[in-house]
Amino acid sequence: MPKVLNERITGIKWLKNSICKMTVKSGYISKYAYPGQFVNVKCADDTGIILRRPISICNVDKDKNEFDIVFMLKGKGTRLLSRKKRGDFLDFIGPLGNGFTISARNKKVLIAGGGIGTFPLLFLLKELPHSENSCCIGFRSCDNAVLVDELSECSNDLILCTDDGSLGKKGFVTYDAEQVIKLQKPNIIYACGPHEMMKEISRLANLYGVKCQVSLEQRMGCGIGACLVCACKIRTTDKNGWKYSHVCKDGPVFLSDEVIFE
Amino acid sequence: MEGMNKYDISVKIASLKLKNPVIAASGTFGFGREYVDFIDLNRLGGISVKGLTLEPRQGNKPPRIAETPSGILNSVGLQNPGVHKFIKEEIPFLRNYKTALIVNVAGSTIDDYRKMAQILDAQDVDAIELNVSCPNVEKGCAAFGSTPSGVCEVTKAVKKYLAKPLIVKLTPNTLDITETAKAAEASGADAVSLINTLTGMAIDINTRRPVLANNYGGLSGPAVKPVALRMVHQASNAVDIPVIGMGGIMSGDDAVEFFLAGARAVMVGTANFVNPSACIDVITGINKYLERHNYKSIDDIIGKLHAT
Ligand SMILES: Cc1cc2nc3c(=O)[nH]c(=O)nc-3n(C[C@H](O)[C@H](O)[C@H](O)COP(=O)(O)OP(=O)(O)OC[C@H]3O[C@@H](n4cnc5c(N)ncnc54)[C@H](O)[C@@H]3O)c2cc1C
Ligand SMILES: Cc1cc2nc3c(=O)[nH]c(=O)nc-3n(C[C@H](O)[C@H](O)[C@H](O)COP(=O)(O)O)c2cc1C
Ligand code: FES
Repeated sequence: MPKVLNERITGIKWLKNSICKMTVKSGYISKYAYPGQFVNVKCADDTGIILRRPISICNVDKDKNEFDIVFMLKGKGTRLLSRKKRGDFLDFIGPLGNGFTISARNKKVLIAGGGIGTFPLLFLLKELPHSENSCCIGFRSCDNAVLVDELSECSNDLILCTDDGSLGKKGFVTYDAEQVIKLQKPNIIYACGPHEMMKEISRLANLYGVKCQVSLEQRMGCGIGACLVCACKIRTTDKNGWKYSHVCKDGPVFLSDEVIFE
Repeated sequence: MEGMNKYDISVKIASLKLKNPVIAASGTFGFGREYVDFIDLNRLGGISVKGLTLEPRQGNKPPRIAETPSGILNSVGLQNPGVHKFIKEEIPFLRNYKTALIVNVAGSTIDDYRKMAQILDAQDVDAIELNVSCPNVEKGCAAFGSTPSGVCEVTKAVKKYLAKPLIVKLTPNTLDITETAKAAEASGADAVSLINTLTGMAIDINTRRPVLANNYGGLSGPAVKPVALRMVHQASNAVDIPVIGMGGIMSGDDAVEFFLAGARAVMVGTANFVNPSACIDVITGINKYLERHNYKSIDDIIGKLHAT
């Protein structure tokens, strides 16, 4: 059950010029959150910015009762958030959403992440039961590539690429993902990244007949399922053929074959 | 909870008695379920549920929200399960709580509104709020609300079939709010609520596209409060029926401004997105204001603006 929490920031670390890792003390989140869930963060008080910002839970440390979020500076909200200091309090709602479903039956796992979508995959990798996993991650360039060591530590095989070739291979994750699917025949794919990438991963999953869970993004208002702004198209069996579900409450993680990408 | 019993903050909106004057605004509170993790719904004066239509509606394409300075634009487009599913699934749930249940209804034709009134009058609900002001649907709705004759036509059509209190929700997207308020009163409305959202737009200069897939949306939040207050003040001076005020209320102090301007109750909308216990905080804030100024009851401040 999500709660409104106000907890102390115990660490701030800049991973890159525009990417910040924030560690927050929270027994509640570290106890109840699972991979794929997010927190809805109030970036600042008394500014013209009223909405909270959804940020994935990137990592949980159950021993220290802490969790990490990693965020990229995008606009006003994330910029204000990045001005917080160690010792300040963070006002957030969480844990929110339906995250990834993990099953011990899936022995071979493919994880695919792109850009900010790679951040929640670290928590997922750490929570996966013993399995053979390959991880394909992509960033725009080396200036945006973060968490590579951490991800690499938890995966059997990490393939890194950048759009411009400044780090790892040059190209898109979806290319590497297809090679892994063909060679290793994973039982399941977990993916999080930009819309076009999710669309392509879903197509590949369908083509090769692999189960796949995708984490979607949409602009949000409340984050708790009340305002209905975060709509995404989901297949149905009725005569209409589809309906709008809501990313914050029904997702952000969906089965790829349910989602209608437009 | 302090001051809960010390002050009388109960109000009457026609025959509808509210234990306190704070109602969750339509479209911002779902059907209440989403908030039970955060607050005790029993403490609310009332809940106005998500706008309902006769048939289910899927709503508009996303993105449906854009943030603007101190406000938000939304273009949900009345996504709702339809009145029948609401009756079957949501009324029994909401009736577990001791809070007034106000049903917000919208339609594309007069006939839609009439049918909804007939259906809902027979149900266990406390009042009907006629949404003649949703800016996010192509047909009907806002078209009725923008002119006095339109308001008159819909209000008369539903009033005939309603024994329950009828609240007409007015749009700020009109020439003269006093005229639409008076039209509602003359056509049998038991109260008016205002304001619904102001139509607006946001543009992404990098993609050169509107942020909302629907191009235009409805503006709400603190950005609209001055406009809302002015309209509530004008409307309460123009009609004798109770006025329910809303638009940008984030705190008890904001609500007090609306009471002073003449509102007998308030609705809290966008604030719920930021702070799921906003309604409770507004109630507490009103009590604190009364305490600070040694007032005994909410009646001591309703419409008690010192004229200049
Ligand atoms: C479920 C979910 C998890 C996310 N996890 C992360 C994460 O772990 N790390 C990270 O860096 N980012 C994450 N994002 C994206 C992040 O929410 C946006 O980058 C952020 O809201 C931008 O806010 P801003 O004020 O800086 O940017 P602006 O562009 O100024 O924001 C304007 C408005 O658009 C919304 N918005 C802008 N971009 C996005 C986006 N991509 N998705 C949703 N809303 C957006 C903002 O919330 C705000 O309401 C996540 C998004 C979702 C939906
Ligand atoms: C996302 C959203 C959905 C809304 N849906 C409805 C609706 O279905 N029916 C209605 O009468 N008003 C609807 N409104 C308008 C609100 O009830 C209210 O009139 C308006 O938001 C102004 O108040 P606020 O500034 O406190 O939000 C909606 C507002 C928002 C933000
Ligand atoms: S953000 Fe409000 S319903 Fe999803």
